[in-house]
Amino acid sequence: MLLYSSFERVGEAFLKRATIMLKIKNLYASVDGQEILKGINLEIKPGEVHAIMGPNGSGKSTLANVLAGKQEYEVTAGEVTFLGENLLDKAPETRAKDGLFLSFQYPVEIPGVPMANFIKTAVNEHRVHRGEKELTAGQFLKLMREKMELVEMKTKLTNRSVNEGFSGGEKKKNEIFQMAMLEPKLAILDETDSGLDIDALRTVANGVNALKSPETSSIVITHYQRLLDYIVPDFVHILYHGKIVKTAGKELALELEEKGYDWIKSEKGN
Amino acid sequence: MSVLVEKADLSLKYIAHYNKVKETLFEGSPDVLNAQRKKAFQDFVMQGIPTNKNEKYKYTNLHPHFLPNFSFIHQKEAQKTDPNAIFHCDVPQLDSYVKTTTNGWFNESKTEGDLPEGVILESLEKMMKEQPGLVEKYYAKIAKSDTDAMVALNTAFAKDGYFLYVPKNVVCEQPIQLINFLEAPKDSFVTQRNLVVLEQGADVKLILCDHTLNLNRYLCNAVTEIFVGENANLDYYTLQNQHNRTANISSVFVQQERDSVVTSHTSSFHGGLIRNNMEFVLNGENTEANVFGMAFLDKKQHVDNFTQIIHKKPNGRSNQVYKNVLDNEATGAFSGLIHVVRDAQNTNAFQQNNNLLLSDTATMQTKPQLIIDADDVKCSHGATVGQIDEEALFYLRARGINEDKARLMMMNAFMHEVVRKISVEALRDRIDELVERRLNGEVAKCHECAYQCEV
Repeated sequence: MLLYSSFERVGEAFLKRATIMLKIKNLYASVDGQEILKGINLEIKPGEVHAIMGPNGSGKSTLANVLAGKQEYEVTAGEVTFLGENLLDKAPETRAKDGLFLSFQYPVEIPGVPMANFIKTAVNEHRVHRGEKELTAGQFLKLMREKMELVEMKTKLTNRSVNEGFSGGEKKKNEIFQMAMLEPKLAILDETDSGLDIDALRTVANGVNALKSPETSSIVITHYQRLLDYIVPDFVHILYHGKIVKTAGKELALELEEKGYDWIKSEKGN
Repeated sequence: MSVLVEKADLSLKYIAHYNKVKETLFEGSPDVLNAQRKKAFQDFVMQGIPTNKNEKYKYTNLHPHFLPNFSFIHQKEAQKTDPNAIFHCDVPQLDSYVKTTTNGWFNESKTEGDLPEGVILESLEKMMKEQPGLVEKYYAKIAKSDTDAMVALNTAFAKDGYFLYVPKNVVCEQPIQLINFLEAPKDSFVTQRNLVVLEQGADVKLILCDHTLNLNRYLCNAVTEIFVGENANLDYYTLQNQHNRTANISSVFVQQERDSVVTSHTSSFHGGLIRNNMEFVLNGENTEANVFGMAFLDKKQHVDNFTQIIHKKPNGRSNQVYKNVLDNEATGAFSGLIHVVRDAQNTNAFQQNNNLLLSDTATMQTKPQLIIDADDVKCSHGATVGQIDEEALFYLRARGINEDKARLMMMNAFMHEVVRKISVEALRDRIDELVERRLNGEVAKCHECAYQCEV
């Protein structure tokens, strides 16, 4: 009997894992003493694409950075579970290796750190975390070529430092390339469309879609509907003053495009 | 008052020692050395051990390092072991022509391979006896004892060191490596005097490694004079890797004639106190001096790079890049002087010093100094003191790279600019690895000796 019930419990946990990717409960966070997130609730299941929209300063990037583990953001209340485990206790690198990926709004230039060395180290850290062997140089190069093709990345990466001298579009493509290399379970795309022309936008979106699977989810943070023409969301949330004030299907994005944010502002008051 | 007396006493101690051993010093030394010895001693008496009141030593307090009761090694000792036998340089493919010194004395040893014809790499003392004319022409001509007490002290005590001579138009394809060991039975004061002469059109790459082979305390005061003839080319690499009980004061004087190029590259991996004086005199038209350095400091280590580039003739170029990474309570200093005299029109001089502080308790002093007397010159300098870029660190961590590794990557990236200036590929690869190991908290030893740095 005891045996049976412990089996049942394992089964339950498995089910929970399988059905919920990310669960954010009543999340409050502040930076430099200023409260930015004021009670976020959000649940994401495998295979789902969630768009988060909202006016400037509503807390979209803060949410992305809190999830990725940036230190200057202080979580003052609430909890976040990722694949059934407490996310907020973990170091940024552990979150990444568990399968959470943040595509940066402003990818950082790191002069002197070779791109290939960087991505190889990242891939191997992921592999070691999963109990797999590190890639050989040959395997790594092959993987890199494959993934570069996948995201149509034409930038020569050898002999270049991380993001150094990359154009805005190249930087964003580089983010998606890294995502392709690391194969995360949950990707958070923080304004990946900003600064992209329509062709670059399409390429980036194609890359994201190519990586989509029933087991992976994404959060797409954007100001504009146009990215959502390519990456079609299952849910659209409107973040305003640190709270999700409206959730609906993809039609909400179209409505926003048409009416702007003013109706939300007047509905919710300033 | 008592402090003053103590300081005076400290110099007196060395003065008294000189008077005591004067006969030994003069005895057996060639006239070339002895002629300078007397004058240098007077210069030292006038100046005393430099204090922080001396502008040149503002950031480096030498006094504590002169306090121990050192033994002196004024006579060549019978060689116990052949350092070549216990030491096997593990820089792969470096394939250098190796000679060694122990406690400042040149070791007679058999070396594999041959130097090109006419090239001399010998004991300075021996060469002074065998070819006094050759040595006399250069000895103590650019190392001035009246303006630097440490040079004065070196010249007063000088007995031996290495002498390198490369004749006209001789190109040494194979790098020459000199490994300087400190290995004495007691705490020791070591004096080493070196002389390098490149005749017109000569070309040589010189690699110097400083090591300690036991845990005794050392004060090493070395002076090197380097004469670079017209159109000659010298690469001068220094690797400093000594334990924390060592104070290493090295003064290098370079005089360049027209169309010559000198590249100096100093890697200070380890040492208690390191002071590098580098003085370059661009004595001919169209000369180029590249002066690079990097230092890694932790615990209570101190590194002071003191450079002076003097542009005397038109169309000269100088290029200085110095970088330091400092951790714990380490202290560092960089003083870089560019002096363009009136005749040196169309000079292009550049200087850069960047420092990375890893702790709140590490400190760095940086002092660029430009004296420009010519009117058509291009001079620029820049200095930064900062911490690791947190945004970049987060970026790396957000890709799954753990914090320590990410920091290491950032520090490596910081130093990379200096490492890549090394033109000997095998050496560059080796130094790259040493940098990584040093930054990783492992002691960067370049050989298999029993040396420990926790002291």
